[in-house]
Amino acid sequence: MARRQGERAGFGINSRRSKILDLGGEGGRSVAVAVVSTLVFFGLIVLLVVNSTGWPEVKRSFFDPDIFGASFPDIADAFLLNIRIFAIAEVFILVAALGIAVLRSLPGPVFFPLRALAVVYTDLFRGIPTILVVYILGFGAPALQIGGVPRDPLFWGVVSLVLVYSAYVAEVYRAGIDSVHPSQEAAARSLGLTRMQSLRHVVLPQAVRRVVPPLLNDFIGLQKDSALVALIGPVEAFRQSQIEVAGSFNYTPYLATALLFVLLTIPLARFTDWLIARDRMRQR
Amino acid sequence: MSALELHDVHKSFARVEVLKGIDLEVADHEVVCLIGASGSGKSTLLRCVNLLEPVDRGRIVVGGQELTARGIDVNVVRRRIGIVFQAYNLFPHMSVLGNVTLAPRKALKLSRADAAARALELLERFGLADKRDEYPDRLSGGQQQRVAIVRALAMRPELMLLDEVTSALDPELIAEVLGVIRELAGLGMTMLIATHEMGFARDIADRVVFLDEGVILEQGPPDEIFTSPREPRTQQFLQRIIEAGRL
Repeated sequence: MARRQGERAGFGINSRRSKILDLGGEGGRSVAVAVVSTLVFFGLIVLLVVNSTGWPEVKRSFFDPDIFGASFPDIADAFLLNIRIFAIAEVFILVAALGIAVLRSLPGPVFFPLRALAVVYTDLFRGIPTILVVYILGFGAPALQIGGVPRDPLFWGVVSLVLVYSAYVAEVYRAGIDSVHPSQEAAARSLGLTRMQSLRHVVLPQAVRRVVPPLLNDFIGLQKDSALVALIGPVEAFRQSQIEVAGSFNYTPYLATALLFVLLTIPLARFTDWLIARDRMRQR
Repeated sequence: MSALELHDVHKSFARVEVLKGIDLEVADHEVVCLIGASGSGKSTLLRCVNLLEPVDRGRIVVGGQELTARGIDVNVVRRRIGIVFQAYNLFPHMSVLGNVTLAPRKALKLSRADAAARALELLERFGLADKRDEYPDRLSGGQQQRVAIVRALAMRPELMLLDEVTSALDPELIAEVLGVIRELAGLGMTMLIATHEMGFARDIADRVVFLDEGVILEQGPPDEIFTSPREPRTQQFLQRIIEAGRL
Protein backbone atom coordinates (compact mmCIF):
# COMPACT_ATOMS: atom_id res chain seq x y z
CA MET A 1 0.00 0.00 0.00
CA ALA A 2 2.80 2.38 0.84
CA ARG A 3 4.29 1.78 -2.58
CA ARG A 4 1.00 2.48 -4.27
CA GLN A 5 0.64 5.77 -2.51
CA GLY A 6 4.12 6.61 -3.61
CA GLU A 7 3.10 6.09 -7.20
CA ARG A 8 0.09 8.26 -6.76
CA ALA A 9 2.11 11.07 -5.31
CA GLY A 10 3.13 11.52 -8.91
CA PHE A 11 5.92 13.69 -10.23
CA GLY A 12 8.52 13.17 -7.53
CA ILE A 13 8.63 9.40 -7.71
CA ASN A 14 8.27 9.48 -11.46
CA SER A 15 11.18 11.72 -12.17
CA ARG A 16 13.38 9.58 -9.97
CA ARG A 17 12.30 6.45 -11.71
CA SER A 18 13.07 7.86 -15.13
CA LYS A 19 16.64 8.36 -13.96
CA ILE A 20 17.02 4.63 -13.35
CA LEU A 21 17.69 4.10 -17.03
CA ASP A 22 20.10 7.03 -17.09
CA LEU A 23 23.57 5.54 -17.28
CA GLY A 24 25.37 8.73 -16.44
CA GLY A 25 26.10 9.75 -19.98
CA GLU A 26 29.90 9.39 -20.01
CA GLY A 27 30.02 6.96 -22.89
CA GLY A 28 31.45 3.43 -22.95
CA ARG A 29 33.10 3.44 -19.55
CA SER A 30 29.96 4.28 -17.59
CA VAL A 31 27.96 1.71 -19.57
CA ALA A 32 30.54 -0.94 -18.68
CA VAL A 33 30.43 0.05 -15.01
CA ALA A 34 26.63 -0.07 -15.03
CA VAL A 35 26.58 -3.53 -16.64
CA VAL A 36 29.17 -5.01 -14.28
CA SER A 37 27.65 -3.58 -11.10
CA THR A 38 24.19 -4.75 -12.19
CA LEU A 39 25.45 -8.27 -12.89
CA VAL A 40 27.27 -8.45 -9.57
CA PHE A 41 24.30 -7.11 -7.64
CA PHE A 42 21.70 -9.42 -9.13
CA GLY A 43 24.17 -12.32 -9.23
CA LEU A 44 24.57 -12.01 -5.46
CA ILE A 45 20.82 -12.01 -4.92
CA VAL A 46 20.35 -15.07 -7.15
CA LEU A 47 23.16 -16.87 -5.32
CA LEU A 48 21.60 -16.05 -1.96
CA VAL A 49 18.17 -17.34 -3.00
CA VAL A 50 19.36 -20.44 -4.81
CA ASN A 51 21.58 -21.51 -1.90
CA SER A 52 18.90 -21.07 0.74
CA THR A 53 17.69 -24.22 2.50
CA GLY A 54 14.13 -23.96 1.25
CA TRP A 55 15.01 -23.22 -2.38
CA PRO A 56 14.42 -26.74 -3.81
CA GLU A 57 10.94 -26.78 -2.28
CA VAL A 58 10.15 -23.21 -3.43
CA LYS A 59 11.48 -24.00 -6.86
CA ARG A 60 9.17 -26.98 -7.16
CA SER A 61 6.03 -25.13 -6.06
CA PHE A 62 6.62 -21.74 -7.76
CA PHE A 63 8.76 -22.44 -10.82
CA ASP A 64 7.32 -25.57 -12.38
CA PRO A 65 7.69 -25.17 -16.15
CA ASP A 66 5.10 -27.85 -16.97
CA ILE A 67 2.44 -26.30 -14.76
CA PHE A 68 3.36 -22.86 -16.08
CA GLY A 69 2.83 -24.06 -19.64
CA ALA A 70 -0.41 -25.84 -18.79
CA SER A 71 -1.99 -22.99 -16.82
CA PHE A 72 -0.78 -20.01 -18.85
CA PRO A 73 -3.33 -20.15 -21.74
CA ASP A 74 -6.32 -20.23 -19.39
CA ILE A 75 -4.92 -17.44 -17.23
CA ALA A 76 -4.08 -15.33 -20.28
CA ASP A 77 -7.62 -15.92 -21.46
CA ALA A 78 -9.01 -14.77 -18.11
CA PHE A 79 -6.65 -11.81 -18.21
CA LEU A 80 -8.67 -10.47 -21.13
CA LEU A 81 -11.40 -9.82 -18.57
CA ASN A 82 -8.95 -7.68 -16.54
CA ILE A 83 -8.19 -5.70 -19.64
CA ARG A 84 -11.89 -5.20 -20.28
CA ILE A 85 -12.49 -4.18 -16.67
CA PHE A 86 -9.88 -1.47 -16.54
CA ALA A 87 -10.38 -0.30 -20.13
CA ILE A 88 -14.05 0.36 -19.44
CA ALA A 89 -13.33 1.80 -16.00
CA GLU A 90 -10.66 4.16 -17.39
CA VAL A 91 -13.07 5.81 -19.78
CA PHE A 92 -15.60 6.51 -17.03
CA ILE A 93 -12.89 7.61 -14.59
CA LEU A 94 -11.45 10.15 -17.04
CA VAL A 95 -14.85 11.74 -17.53
CA ALA A 96 -16.16 11.53 -13.95
CA ALA A 97 -12.92 12.77 -12.41
CA LEU A 98 -12.81 15.75 -14.74
CA GLY A 99 -16.37 16.62 -13.73
CA ILE A 100 -15.49 16.43 -10.03
CA ALA A 101 -12.33 18.50 -10.49
CA VAL A 102 -14.27 21.18 -12.38
CA LEU A 103 -16.93 21.25 -9.67
CA ARG A 104 -14.25 21.68 -7.05
CA SER A 105 -12.64 24.61 -8.85
CA LEU A 106 -15.86 26.60 -9.32
CA PRO A 107 -15.43 29.99 -7.68
CA GLY A 108 -17.77 32.05 -5.53
CA PRO A 109 -20.17 31.39 -2.67
CA VAL A 110 -23.02 30.27 -4.98
CA PHE A 111 -21.19 27.07 -5.82
CA PHE A 112 -20.27 26.21 -2.24
CA PRO A 113 -22.63 23.19 -2.06
CA LEU A 114 -21.16 21.69 -5.24
CA ARG A 115 -17.60 22.30 -4.05
CA ALA A 116 -18.46 20.74 -0.70
CA LEU A 117 -19.99 17.73 -2.44
CA ALA A 118 -16.82 17.24 -4.48
CA VAL A 119 -14.67 17.48 -1.35
CA VAL A 120 -16.80 14.98 0.55
CA TYR A 121 -16.69 12.60 -2.39
CA THR A 122 -12.92 12.67 -2.77
CA ASP A 123 -12.36 12.40 0.98
CA LEU A 124 -14.70 9.43 1.22
CA PHE A 125 -13.44 7.37 -1.67
CA ARG A 126 -9.79 8.07 -1.09
CA GLY A 127 -10.30 7.09 2.53
CA ILE A 128 -12.03 3.73 2.14
CA PRO A 129 -9.78 0.85 1.07
CA THR A 130 -10.63 -0.23 -2.47
CA ILE A 131 -11.15 -3.80 -1.33
CA LEU A 132 -13.91 -2.67 1.07
CA VAL A 133 -15.67 -0.63 -1.61
CA VAL A 134 -15.65 -3.70 -3.83
CA TYR A 135 -17.14 -5.86 -1.08
CA ILE A 136 -19.73 -3.32 0.05
CA LEU A 137 -21.01 -2.50 -3.42
CA GLY A 138 -20.53 -5.99 -4.84
CA PHE A 139 -22.57 -7.70 -2.15
CA GLY A 140 -24.69 -4.77 -0.93
CA ALA A 141 -26.03 -3.18 -4.09
CA PRO A 142 -27.47 -6.33 -5.70
CA ALA A 143 -28.96 -7.37 -2.34
CA LEU A 144 -31.18 -4.28 -2.39
CA GLN A 145 -33.13 -5.96 -5.19
CA ILE A 146 -34.23 -2.70 -6.72
CA GLY A 147 -35.83 -3.22 -10.11
CA GLY A 148 -33.58 -2.16 -12.96
CA VAL A 149 -30.45 -2.15 -10.85
CA PRO A 150 -28.00 -4.66 -12.33
CA ARG A 151 -27.13 -7.65 -10.14
CA ASP A 152 -24.04 -8.61 -12.10
CA PRO A 153 -21.04 -8.53 -9.72
CA LEU A 154 -18.82 -7.58 -12.66
CA PHE A 155 -20.86 -4.41 -13.09
CA TRP A 156 -20.50 -3.50 -9.42
CA GLY A 157 -16.82 -4.34 -9.49
CA VAL A 158 -16.27 -1.85 -12.31
CA VAL A 159 -18.43 0.73 -10.51
CA SER A 160 -16.29 0.34 -7.37
CA LEU A 161 -13.08 0.92 -9.31
CA VAL A 162 -14.59 3.94 -11.06
CA LEU A 163 -15.72 5.44 -7.73
CA VAL A 164 -12.36 4.96 -6.01
CA TYR A 165 -10.11 5.95 -8.87
CA SER A 166 -12.22 8.95 -9.89
CA ALA A 167 -11.46 10.41 -6.47
CA TYR A 168 -7.72 10.08 -7.04
CA VAL A 169 -7.79 11.21 -10.65
CA ALA A 170 -9.98 14.21 -9.75
CA GLU A 171 -7.22 15.38 -7.41
CA VAL A 172 -4.69 14.97 -10.20
CA TYR A 173 -6.83 17.04 -12.55
CA ARG A 174 -7.35 19.65 -9.84
CA ALA A 175 -3.62 20.02 -9.34
CA GLY A 176 -3.38 20.57 -13.09
CA ILE A 177 -6.13 23.20 -13.11
CA ASP A 178 -4.52 25.01 -10.18
CA SER A 179 -1.18 25.02 -11.98
CA VAL A 180 -2.50 27.13 -14.86
CA HIS A 181 -1.76 30.76 -14.00
CA PRO A 182 -4.85 32.91 -13.34
CA SER A 183 -3.62 35.38 -15.96
CA GLN A 184 -4.55 32.80 -18.59
CA GLU A 185 -8.15 32.86 -17.51
CA ALA A 186 -8.05 36.65 -17.24
CA ALA A 187 -6.83 36.85 -20.84
CA ALA A 188 -9.58 34.52 -22.02
CA ARG A 189 -12.30 36.32 -20.08
CA SER A 190 -11.06 39.72 -21.26
CA LEU A 191 -11.66 38.58 -24.84
CA GLY A 192 -15.31 37.94 -24.00
CA LEU A 193 -15.21 34.18 -23.48
CA THR A 194 -17.56 32.88 -20.81
CA ARG A 195 -16.23 31.10 -17.75
CA MET A 196 -17.06 27.72 -19.25
CA GLN A 197 -15.48 28.62 -22.59
CA SER A 198 -12.31 29.78 -20.83
CA LEU A 199 -12.20 26.55 -18.88
CA ARG A 200 -12.87 24.39 -21.92
CA HIS A 201 -10.54 26.06 -24.43
CA VAL A 202 -7.81 27.68 -22.34
CA VAL A 203 -7.46 26.24 -18.84
CA LEU A 204 -8.29 22.54 -19.24
CA PRO A 205 -6.14 21.86 -22.33
CA GLN A 206 -3.11 23.21 -20.48
CA ALA A 207 -4.05 21.47 -17.22
CA VAL A 208 -4.59 18.06 -18.80
CA ARG A 209 -1.30 18.22 -20.70
CA ARG A 210 0.55 18.80 -17.45
CA VAL A 211 -1.05 15.92 -15.58
CA VAL A 212 -0.75 13.16 -18.17
CA PRO A 213 2.20 11.48 -16.40
CA PRO A 214 0.57 11.25 -12.93
CA LEU A 215 -2.66 10.25 -14.65
CA LEU A 216 -0.97 7.30 -16.33
CA ASN A 217 0.52 6.42 -12.96
CA ASP A 218 -2.95 6.09 -11.51
CA PHE A 219 -3.92 3.89 -14.41
CA ILE A 220 -1.05 1.54 -13.69
CA GLY A 221 -2.52 1.20 -10.19
CA LEU A 222 -5.94 0.62 -11.67
CA GLN A 223 -4.68 -2.20 -13.91
CA LYS A 224 -3.47 -4.05 -10.84
CA ASP A 225 -6.57 -3.34 -8.81
CA SER A 226 -8.71 -4.92 -11.52
CA ALA A 227 -7.77 -8.16 -9.70
CA LEU A 228 -9.87 -7.03 -6.71
CA VAL A 229 -13.03 -7.61 -8.73
CA ALA A 230 -12.31 -11.34 -8.39
CA LEU A 231 -13.32 -11.11 -4.72
CA ILE A 232 -16.98 -10.81 -5.61
CA GLY A 233 -17.07 -13.55 -8.21
CA PRO A 234 -15.94 -12.77 -11.77
CA VAL A 235 -13.22 -15.09 -13.00
CA GLU A 236 -10.41 -12.81 -14.08
CA ALA A 237 -6.72 -13.73 -14.17
CA PHE A 238 -6.15 -13.81 -10.40
CA ARG A 239 -9.26 -15.94 -9.75
CA GLN A 240 -8.32 -18.24 -12.64
CA SER A 241 -4.84 -18.73 -11.15
CA GLN A 242 -6.43 -19.54 -7.77
CA ILE A 243 -8.49 -22.20 -9.52
CA GLU A 244 -5.38 -23.61 -11.18
CA VAL A 245 -3.50 -23.61 -7.87
CA ALA A 246 -6.35 -25.43 -6.17
CA GLY A 247 -6.20 -28.12 -8.84
CA SER A 248 -2.45 -28.70 -8.75
CA PHE A 249 -1.36 -27.65 -5.26
CA ASN A 250 1.37 -25.72 -7.03
CA TYR A 251 1.83 -21.93 -6.92
CA THR A 252 3.33 -21.49 -10.38
CA PRO A 253 0.04 -20.10 -11.81
CA TYR A 254 0.36 -17.11 -9.44
CA LEU A 255 3.70 -16.35 -11.00
CA ALA A 256 2.19 -16.61 -14.47
CA THR A 257 -0.47 -14.08 -13.46
CA ALA A 258 2.09 -11.73 -11.97
CA LEU A 259 4.06 -11.96 -15.20
CA LEU A 260 0.99 -10.93 -17.23
CA PHE A 261 0.36 -7.86 -15.05
CA VAL A 262 3.99 -6.81 -15.27
CA LEU A 263 4.08 -7.26 -19.04
CA LEU A 264 1.10 -4.94 -19.33
CA THR A 265 2.47 -2.37 -16.90
CA ILE A 266 5.96 -2.00 -18.35
CA PRO A 267 4.96 -0.40 -21.65
CA LEU A 268 2.73 2.09 -19.82
CA ALA A 269 5.46 2.89 -17.29
CA ARG A 270 8.05 3.46 -20.04
CA PHE A 271 5.55 5.57 -21.98
CA THR A 272 5.02 7.69 -18.84
CA ASP A 273 8.77 8.11 -18.44
CA TRP A 274 9.05 9.14 -22.06
CA LEU A 275 6.34 11.76 -21.65
CA ILE A 276 8.05 13.22 -18.58
CA ALA A 277 11.39 13.32 -20.35
CA ARG A 278 9.80 15.03 -23.35
CA ASP A 279 8.15 17.65 -21.12
CA ARG A 280 11.45 18.34 -19.42
CA MET A 281 13.15 18.82 -22.77
CA ARG A 282 10.45 21.28 -23.82
CA GLN A 283 10.79 23.34 -20.69
CA ARG A 284 14.45 23.96 -21.35
CA MET B 1 -20.43 61.04 -26.93
CA SER B 2 -17.38 59.87 -25.03
CA ALA B 3 -16.00 56.43 -25.65
CA LEU B 4 -15.39 55.95 -21.94
CA GLU B 5 -16.56 57.70 -18.80
CA LEU B 6 -15.54 56.90 -15.25
CA HIS B 7 -17.49 58.51 -12.43
CA ASP B 8 -16.18 58.37 -8.88
CA VAL B 9 -14.69 54.88 -9.26
CA HIS B 10 -13.47 53.29 -6.02
CA LYS B 11 -11.65 50.00 -5.63
CA SER B 12 -10.03 48.37 -2.60
CA PHE B 13 -8.08 45.18 -2.19
CA ALA B 14 -8.56 43.89 1.34
CA ARG B 15 -8.10 47.08 3.40
CA VAL B 16 -6.01 48.98 0.87
CA GLU B 17 -7.90 51.52 -1.20
CA VAL B 18 -6.22 51.48 -4.60
CA LEU B 19 -8.60 53.78 -6.49
CA LYS B 20 -9.99 56.65 -4.44
CA GLY B 21 -12.66 58.18 -6.63
CA ILE B 22 -11.55 58.36 -10.25
CA ASP B 23 -13.34 60.64 -12.71
CA LEU B 24 -12.13 60.34 -16.26
CA GLU B 25 -13.51 60.78 -19.76
CA VAL B 26 -11.98 59.51 -22.97
CA ALA B 27 -13.41 60.89 -26.23
CA ASP B 28 -13.81 58.85 -29.41
CA HIS B 29 -10.47 58.42 -31.20
CA GLU B 30 -8.64 59.94 -28.26
CA VAL B 31 -5.39 58.47 -26.96
CA VAL B 32 -4.97 58.94 -23.24
CA CYS B 33 -1.81 57.91 -21.43
CA LEU B 34 -1.88 57.09 -17.73
CA ILE B 35 1.40 57.80 -16.00
CA GLY B 36 2.37 57.43 -12.37
CA ALA B 37 4.59 55.44 -10.06
CA SER B 38 4.18 51.68 -9.62
CA GLY B 39 1.30 51.09 -7.25
CA SER B 40 -0.45 54.33 -8.16
CA GLY B 41 -3.41 52.33 -9.48
CA LYS B 42 -2.85 52.42 -13.27
CA SER B 43 -3.25 48.67 -13.84
CA THR B 44 -6.15 48.37 -11.42
CA LEU B 45 -7.93 51.19 -13.24
CA LEU B 46 -7.60 49.39 -16.58
CA ARG B 47 -8.67 46.06 -15.11
CA CYS B 48 -11.74 47.75 -13.60
CA VAL B 49 -12.73 49.25 -16.95
CA ASN B 50 -13.28 45.84 -18.53
CA LEU B 51 -14.64 44.42 -15.28
CA LEU B 52 -11.79 41.98 -14.67
CA GLU B 53 -11.94 43.59 -11.22
CA PRO B 54 -15.39 44.54 -9.92
CA VAL B 55 -15.50 48.12 -8.68
CA ASP B 56 -16.64 48.90 -5.14
CA ARG B 57 -18.37 52.14 -6.02
CA GLY B 58 -18.85 54.45 -8.97
CA ARG B 59 -19.99 54.14 -12.56
CA ILE B 60 -18.23 53.06 -15.74
CA VAL B 61 -19.85 53.96 -19.06
CA VAL B 62 -18.57 52.67 -22.40
CA GLY B 63 -20.08 54.01 -25.63
CA GLY B 64 -23.12 55.27 -23.73
CA GLN B 65 -23.78 51.96 -21.95
CA GLU B 66 -23.25 51.75 -18.23
CA LEU B 67 -21.19 48.63 -17.46
CA THR B 68 -21.67 48.96 -13.74
CA ALA B 69 -25.47 48.77 -14.06
CA ARG B 70 -27.27 45.71 -12.75
CA GLY B 71 -27.93 42.80 -15.09
CA ILE B 72 -25.16 43.68 -17.54
CA ASP B 73 -23.68 40.67 -19.36
CA VAL B 74 -19.97 41.09 -18.70
CA ASN B 75 -19.07 38.73 -21.55
CA VAL B 76 -20.81 40.98 -24.06
CA VAL B 77 -19.21 44.08 -22.56
CA ARG B 78 -15.71 42.63 -22.73
CA ARG B 79 -16.04 41.89 -26.44
CA ARG B 80 -16.22 45.64 -27.03
CA ILE B 81 -13.11 46.42 -24.98
CA GLY B 82 -9.70 45.03 -25.88
CA ILE B 83 -7.02 44.72 -23.21
CA VAL B 84 -3.36 43.88 -23.64
CA PHE B 85 -1.31 42.85 -20.62
CA GLN B 86 2.27 43.44 -19.58
CA ALA B 87 3.03 39.70 -19.65
CA TYR B 88 1.32 39.10 -23.06
CA ASN B 89 -0.71 36.17 -21.64
CA LEU B 90 -0.86 34.35 -24.95
CA PHE B 91 -2.31 30.85 -24.82
CA PRO B 92 0.80 28.63 -24.96
CA HIS B 93 -1.02 25.57 -26.25
CA MET B 94 -2.30 27.31 -29.37
CA SER B 95 -0.58 28.57 -32.51
CA VAL B 96 -0.60 32.28 -33.29
CA LEU B 97 -3.61 31.76 -35.53
CA GLY B 98 -5.33 29.73 -32.81
CA ASN B 99 -4.74 32.52 -30.29
CA VAL B 100 -6.16 35.17 -32.59
CA THR B 101 -9.18 33.20 -33.81
CA LEU B 102 -10.33 31.65 -30.51
CA ALA B 103 -12.45 34.53 -29.23
CA PRO B 104 -13.97 35.48 -32.62
CA ARG B 105 -14.97 31.85 -33.08
CA LYS B 106 -16.28 31.16 -29.61
CA ALA B 107 -17.56 34.54 -28.43
CA LEU B 108 -18.70 35.99 -31.76
CA LYS B 109 -19.58 32.59 -33.26
CA LEU B 110 -17.72 33.29 -36.49
CA SER B 111 -17.00 30.30 -38.69
CA ARG B 112 -13.46 28.97 -38.62
CA ALA B 113 -12.85 30.34 -42.12
CA ASP B 114 -14.24 33.81 -41.35
CA ALA B 115 -12.26 34.04 -38.12
CA ALA B 116 -9.09 32.94 -39.93
CA ALA B 117 -9.64 35.50 -42.69
CA ARG B 118 -10.09 38.26 -40.13
CA ALA B 119 -7.01 37.11 -38.21
CA LEU B 120 -4.81 36.83 -41.30
CA GLU B 121 -5.70 40.31 -42.45
CA LEU B 122 -4.57 41.70 -39.08
CA LEU B 123 -1.45 39.50 -38.89
CA GLU B 124 -0.56 40.65 -42.39
CA ARG B 125 -0.95 44.31 -41.49
CA PHE B 126 1.30 43.99 -38.45
CA GLY B 127 3.97 41.90 -40.17
CA LEU B 128 3.15 38.63 -38.43
CA ALA B 129 1.62 36.63 -41.27
CA ASP B 130 4.64 34.32 -41.49
CA LYS B 131 4.26 33.46 -37.78
CA ARG B 132 0.67 32.22 -38.09
CA ASP B 133 1.56 28.59 -37.34
CA GLU B 134 4.22 29.25 -34.70
CA TYR B 135 3.59 28.63 -31.02
CA PRO B 136 4.10 31.54 -28.60
CA ASP B 137 7.25 30.12 -26.97
CA ARG B 138 8.97 30.22 -30.36
CA LEU B 139 8.43 33.98 -30.71
CA SER B 140 10.42 36.89 -29.30
CA GLY B 141 8.81 39.00 -26.58
CA GLY B 142 8.10 41.76 -29.07
CA GLN B 143 6.43 39.35 -31.47
CA GLN B 144 4.38 37.83 -28.66
CA GLN B 145 3.18 41.24 -27.57
CA ARG B 146 2.25 42.15 -31.14
CA VAL B 147 0.28 38.91 -31.41
CA ALA B 148 -1.46 39.80 -28.14
CA ILE B 149 -2.43 43.17 -29.61
CA VAL B 150 -3.70 41.49 -32.80
CA ARG B 151 -5.63 38.98 -30.67
CA ALA B 152 -7.43 41.86 -28.94
CA LEU B 153 -8.02 43.68 -32.25
CA ALA B 154 -9.60 40.59 -33.81
CA MET B 155 -12.66 41.27 -31.66
CA ARG B 156 -12.90 44.70 -33.33
CA PRO B 157 -13.08 46.52 -30.00
CA GLU B 158 -14.25 50.12 -29.79
CA LEU B 159 -11.77 50.80 -27.01
CA MET B 160 -8.30 49.42 -26.33
CA LEU B 161 -6.69 49.25 -22.89
CA LEU B 162 -2.93 48.76 -22.86
CA ASP B 163 -1.41 47.83 -19.51
CA GLU B 164 2.33 48.59 -19.58
CA VAL B 165 2.67 46.51 -22.70
CA THR B 166 6.40 47.21 -23.11
CA SER B 167 7.50 46.78 -19.49
CA ALA B 168 8.45 43.11 -19.87
CA LEU B 169 10.39 43.64 -23.10
CA ASP B 170 14.10 43.94 -23.77
CA PRO B 171 14.92 47.53 -24.79
CA GLU B 172 15.62 46.63 -28.41
CA LEU B 173 12.18 45.03 -28.75
CA ILE B 174 10.19 47.97 -27.38
CA ALA B 175 10.22 49.95 -30.62
CA GLU B 176 8.37 47.34 -32.68
CA VAL B 177 5.53 47.22 -30.17
CA LEU B 178 5.33 51.00 -29.86
CA GLY B 179 5.26 51.12 -33.66
CA VAL B 180 2.13 48.98 -33.66
CA ILE B 181 0.45 51.23 -31.10
CA ARG B 182 1.33 54.31 -33.15
CA GLU B 183 -0.24 52.68 -36.16
CA LEU B 184 -3.40 52.00 -34.15
CA ALA B 185 -3.53 55.63 -33.03
CA GLY B 186 -3.15 56.63 -36.67
CA LEU B 187 -6.14 54.45 -37.54
CA GLY B 188 -8.22 56.33 -34.99
CA MET B 189 -8.42 53.68 -32.27
CA THR B 190 -9.56 55.00 -28.90
CA MET B 191 -6.94 53.97 -26.37
CA LEU B 192 -6.26 54.21 -22.67
CA ILE B 193 -2.61 53.39 -22.15
CA ALA B 194 -0.80 52.82 -18.86
CA THR B 195 2.87 53.31 -19.54
CA HIS B 196 6.32 54.02 -18.16
CA GLU B 197 7.59 55.10 -21.59
CA MET B 198 7.41 58.86 -21.10
CA GLY B 199 8.93 59.70 -24.49
CA PHE B 200 6.29 57.55 -26.13
CA ALA B 201 3.48 59.05 -24.04
CA ARG B 202 4.62 62.53 -24.93
CA ASP B 203 4.71 61.56 -28.57
CA ILE B 204 1.46 59.68 -28.97
CA ALA B 205 -0.95 60.94 -26.30
CA ASP B 206 -3.65 63.50 -26.89
CA ARG B 207 -3.82 63.81 -23.15
CA VAL B 208 -1.67 62.63 -20.26
CA VAL B 209 -3.19 61.72 -16.91
CA PHE B 210 -1.00 61.59 -13.82
CA LEU B 211 -2.24 59.12 -11.26
CA ASP B 212 -0.92 59.36 -7.72
CA GLU B 213 -1.96 57.08 -4.85
CA GLY B 214 -5.32 56.30 -6.40
CA VAL B 215 -6.38 59.77 -7.46
CA ILE B 216 -5.94 61.74 -10.67
CA LEU B 217 -3.69 64.57 -9.53
CA GLU B 218 -3.20 66.33 -12.81
CA GLN B 219 -4.05 65.96 -16.48
CA GLY B 220 -3.59 67.84 -19.71
CA PRO B 221 -1.87 67.89 -23.09
CA PRO B 222 1.52 66.12 -23.00
CA ASP B 223 3.52 69.31 -23.61
CA GLU B 224 1.93 70.94 -20.62
CA ILE B 225 2.33 67.96 -18.27
CA PHE B 226 5.88 67.15 -19.26
CA THR B 227 7.27 70.70 -19.48
CA SER B 228 5.33 72.66 -16.89
CA PRO B 229 3.54 70.38 -14.41
CA ARG B 230 1.63 72.32 -11.77
CA GLU B 231 1.53 69.81 -8.93
CA PRO B 232 4.65 69.24 -6.81
CA ARG B 233 4.02 65.45 -6.86
CA THR B 234 3.98 65.45 -10.65
CA GLN B 235 7.19 67.49 -10.70
CA GLN B 236 8.83 65.03 -8.30
CA PHE B 237 7.71 62.03 -10.34
CA LEU B 238 8.97 63.48 -13.62
CA GLN B 239 12.21 64.55 -11.96
CA ARG B 240 12.85 60.94 -10.93
CA ILE B 241 12.07 59.74 -14.45
CA ILE B 242 14.51 62.27 -15.91
CA GLU B 243 17.18 61.22 -13.42
CA ALA B 244 16.65 57.63 -14.49
CA GLY B 245 17.26 58.73 -18.06
CA ARG B 246 13.82 57.72 -19.28
CA LEU B 247 12.68 61.11 -20.59
